[in-house]
Amino acid sequence: MPRLIRTQLSQRPAMLAQRQIHTDIPGTPLFDSRAARKGYALNKMCYSFNDAANRAAFLADEAGYCARFNLSSEQRDAVQSRQVLKMLEAGGNAYYLAKLAGIFGLDMQDIGAQQTGVSKAEFQARLAAAGQRLAKEI
Amino acid sequence: MARIIGNLLTSHVPAIGGAIAKGREQEPYWKPFFDAFPPIRRWLAETRPDVAVVFYNDHGLNFFLDKMPTFAVGAAPNYRNADEGWGLPPYPPFEGAEDLSWHLVESLVAEDFDIVTCQEMLVDHALTLPMKLLWPDQAWPVKIVPICLNTVLFPLPSARRCWQLGQAVGRAIAQWESDARVLVMGTGGLSHQLEGERAGHINTAFDRRFLDSMLDSPDWATRYSINELVRDVGTQGIELLNWLAARGTLGLQAAQELHRTYHIPISNTAAAVQLLVPAGG
Repeated sequence: MPRLIRTQLSQRPAMLAQRQIHTDIPGTPLFDSRAARKGYALNKMCYSFNDAANRAAFLADEAGYCARFNLSSEQRDAVQSRQVLKMLEAGGNAYYLAKLAGIFGLDMQDIGAQQTGVSKAEFQARLAAAGQRLAKEI
Repeated sequence: MARIIGNLLTSHVPAIGGAIAKGREQEPYWKPFFDAFPPIRRWLAETRPDVAVVFYNDHGLNFFLDKMPTFAVGAAPNYRNADEGWGLPPYPPFEGAEDLSWHLVESLVAEDFDIVTCQEMLVDHALTLPMKLLWPDQAWPVKIVPICLNTVLFPLPSARRCWQLGQAVGRAIAQWESDARVLVMGTGGLSHQLEGERAGHINTAFDRRFLDSMLDSPDWATRYSINELVRDVGTQGIELLNWLAARGTLGLQAAQELHRTYHIPISNTAAAVQLLVPAGG
């Protein structure tokens, strides 16, 4: 019988060795391998928007710009719909999508409101309410 | 030998930059957050750090998904900021602490950390905004070493590994032959989530427990897996990994809290600012 060598690493809690794939956290997409593989073209296009000239080119010819980056039809439709949940479903990553949102002048409360199906004022009020609960606790 | 004078930990959401640009710091919405910084600036004027080591995460300025390092250490003579897609004017460049960068690179690899070394690197709002908050005149009095953690593309480094990275950086700084005073910064967090139907998620109980843990049980968060942390603090709240790595540089020794601000909300975020110094020193 070969002797098993006991190392520090073998004592690592199994929980920490857990693979970070998928999630059952409600309403919370993880940007995992599935999303990364599906979303590469869309994310690459959004990354290009760091350059002002590319933002202008997108605004001048959205369909042509999407075609240049070989977006899938699902991704093109998602961009055209301006719906963030659809862009996430098409593999978009929040950090790159934020650059696309910026082109349309949307801030993070606009995005939050759209995804949660409430008005921007309601979304902001929810955040403020969390602050008010905190103030009571302290 | 070089000495770590403290840990400065702060949120970094882009909206902070917008508030500064529009002069809104004293408006009721922003004031509780910005009021954290005058006492910290007085402390900086007294302690005069020479170098800032900054644990942060890039949001798609320098790194894209074509090459996504888990840990990247800057080793550049200088670092530029640039347009992140919103057309905001970039902050002035930062001078790199090249000697410390290479010392860290060599020390970390000697300790079996397979880092990526970057002789050119753009730095985004996660580094520039905290610097601007500490030194509003933008005449940066410190040289920097940026250390970028992947919080974008899963799998992310575990909390435990980020803590260990911080510990190794702390050991390396202590062995650096220099009389430099080093400030270690960690940026991002605390709980928030931008994407999905759970956008707007905030968890004050976890955040407050985490802030408390920084004082006397600093490796507390390492008990959690990444998925558990995302569950509790949200997909962007995971940026607390930067805080954990920064705190790791002081190791398990207790820390004294010179300042704490915890305020909700700024943008979609539970904002926090904490200044820690080694207890008894």
